[in-house]
Amino acid sequence: MIPELGNFFLILAFINAILLGTLPFYGAHTNHKGLIQFAHRASTSIFLLMLVSFVCLTIAFIQNDFSVAYVANHSNTQLPIYYRISAVWGSHEGSLLLWVLILTGWIFAVSSFSKSLPAEMTARVLGVMGLIAVGFISFTLFTSNPFERTLPFIPIDGADLNPLLQDFGLIVHPPMLYMGYVGFSVVFAFAIAGLLQGKLDHQWAKWSRPWTTVAWIFMTLGIALGSWWAYYELGWGGWWFWDPVENASFLPWLAGTALIHSLAATEKRGAFKSWTVLLAILTFSLSLLGTFLVRSGVLTSVHAFANDPVRGKFILVFLAIVVGASLILYAIQSSKVRSKSNYTLVSREIAILFNNALLAVSTFVVLVGTLHPLMVEAFTDGKSSVGPPYFNLMFSVFFIPILLLMPLGQQINWKKDDLPMLLKKYIWWFVSCVVLALLLTFGLNGFTFEALEPMALLGTILGLWVIAGTIKYIQLQSAKGKTRWAGMRKISRSYWGMVLAHIGVAVTTLGVVLTSYYSIEKDIRIEMGETVEVEEVSVYFKDFQNIQGPNYISSKAIFEVSSSGDFIAELKPEKRRYNASQMVMTEAAIDPGLFRDVYIAMGEPLNNGAWAIRVYYKPFVRWIWLGAIFMALGGILAMTDKRYREKKFKKKVSEEAVSNGQ
Amino acid sequence: MKAHRRNKLIAIISGLALLSGAVALILYALTENINHFYAPTEVKEGNAPLNKTIRVGGLVVPGSIERSGERLYVEFKITDNQSQMIISYDNILPDMFKEGQGVIAEGQLVDQNKLVATKVLAKHDETYMPPEVEASLQKYGHPMQPRDGDESKQPSDKY
Repeated sequence: MIPELGNFFLILAFINAILLGTLPFYGAHTNHKGLIQFAHRASTSIFLLMLVSFVCLTIAFIQNDFSVAYVANHSNTQLPIYYRISAVWGSHEGSLLLWVLILTGWIFAVSSFSKSLPAEMTARVLGVMGLIAVGFISFTLFTSNPFERTLPFIPIDGADLNPLLQDFGLIVHPPMLYMGYVGFSVVFAFAIAGLLQGKLDHQWAKWSRPWTTVAWIFMTLGIALGSWWAYYELGWGGWWFWDPVENASFLPWLAGTALIHSLAATEKRGAFKSWTVLLAILTFSLSLLGTFLVRSGVLTSVHAFANDPVRGKFILVFLAIVVGASLILYAIQSSKVRSKSNYTLVSREIAILFNNALLAVSTFVVLVGTLHPLMVEAFTDGKSSVGPPYFNLMFSVFFIPILLLMPLGQQINWKKDDLPMLLKKYIWWFVSCVVLALLLTFGLNGFTFEALEPMALLGTILGLWVIAGTIKYIQLQSAKGKTRWAGMRKISRSYWGMVLAHIGVAVTTLGVVLTSYYSIEKDIRIEMGETVEVEEVSVYFKDFQNIQGPNYISSKAIFEVSSSGDFIAELKPEKRRYNASQMVMTEAAIDPGLFRDVYIAMGEPLNNGAWAIRVYYKPFVRWIWLGAIFMALGGILAMTDKRYREKKFKKKVSEEAVSNGQ
Repeated sequence: MKAHRRNKLIAIISGLALLSGAVALILYALTENINHFYAPTEVKEGNAPLNKTIRVGGLVVPGSIERSGERLYVEFKITDNQSQMIISYDNILPDMFKEGQGVIAEGQLVDQNKLVATKVLAKHDETYMPPEVEASLQKYGHPMQPRDGDESKQPSDKY
């Protein structure tokens, strides 16, 4: 009964989406108050309908209703309750339902927080989002319905959730990432609504900015969580593989980052308007492209996905319609958009132009590498893949200038600045970064310059340079106040956000570079009671146990890791075999630290009760994700800046004034 | 408005320069780093280059997995149901690696029968078949059971 209810509400949401995707446009066009008001009501109802539908599926999982095919394939009576709930989005159908729920959540949010916008604008924005909802709900209903029954042959027990997904990281990672993917639909809807209206002023950019930033925050955290999960769960110590599915999330992130910057120029200076609009369209298109790559299974990836050609075609057609229609609209309407461009060659506008050009090219590079196998397959018979060296090389080539210019870009004035003066302020800071980086890599390299990797040095210099440049920025800005403290307080919250996010980029860069070049990994054979030296640390095999988990049996080893006699940590890696699926899982054990991780994964049992284990020593690996947290915090500061709340406040004041006057 | 025109021109020219530089670099880097995929039959026929990073794929031949007993080193055979070849790997095999399962190995051929793998991809999901392996089975082997209409074809996946 409950699954049918869920399906019923999904169908109602579909009808609701169709209404939301059509009537508000007509209302905005004819200035019909009722229809414009309808957009808000339909936004609330569609969210509630999807919520109920989603709760229905969750109940089916909690109650182990194996008459539902999706539940039977992805759950099991032995599964702990929290994993039964997260199993709702553990696979294609349910995660799509979550996707749609999040989309309607964004619709509801836009409708609730847009009181300060002109009514027709809001109606159009909600209408565009309604149309997107039509696409995704029909995708769910017609190709991937999670409520389908397995009648009349109901299995006694379910096939179990993939053990890899029975993990905290996978409970939170997909929802975060979807918040990001879908969140970019808001700025897309703003862009389309603006184009329809033929009015894209700085107000438009001001409204779009916080929404873009929120989506970007979720995207950043979602990607970082995925990377962190891959690191500790897949058991081979990697944190990024340039896998097509990873790239699918990285592409909209890169484009979104460019968009955040160009929106700043559009809002503050009225520059690059048509480019910003195009970027908004492209960012969401890349989100959809990512969805297509992930859901269609056209690319070989370490992630496994549905191989149903119908689904691939559906998304491809949807992608073509969205991209095609919005680009045609852009072509027709963008000539009406005029940018002011009274800036000189040395100005923040140009700095942002560089930022955008470099980020756009980086996006392009990743895009080509990701789609290349598909193009090869389309034109020749061969199959191929593009290796990580391509991405590492190409991405660094364009990311180095980004980091190099970042400190200057944040300091340089709008409109006009003096380049020699600017460089003079920074030269000693740069020189000290070079010295510091030399010392740091000298130390990490084992106190010798022999075989020092030039890229490791360069990366360290650039990471430090961005941090130093940011500190210098705060110093220069705070000098404008009467006292240093007053000056600091004068820096607005959104600039603090920028500072924090840029430091985040630097921290991530340092993490990536230092882990990549200074990690140690060793495979060793170890017997119980034996101590094996791995570079500076020694590993002692203390104990071995077989234990019984809730839905698995596990071989657990206990190792004591110490360094020159000092105890570091007791690590307990496991090899688990899950009862329902009989799949074997390697659970790595990690001793995390701000400056290094010690990581042990169990390989295979060898002769005489010995085990092959893999020991990693990974310096600065935490910094990769720490940087992402900084970026996200920076985003939060930027979007909560008071000028986004100003408008509402003013309105309130004027309303009060009116009521007082009466 | 001359300055404005000039700025626009500079922007366009530098944009084009950046883009063409990028395209040239991409083409160069791509030719260096494309890993072509070969089925075991193609490897046997000598169509695959030696000492160049390539990908091969097929089903793991049951009973062919040999572990060294002293180290992580492992050798196994893969097949497209026509020819077999040996894969050697000196690392922890992915958790989903199993006999009879479709896998992809990336590495270099040392001779026309053996690939030293640097990476082995097995899917997160046991019912999933890499598209490359599926295609080569269609081409060279005769799949044991038709996959169409098979119960396990029920799309089951992650995310």
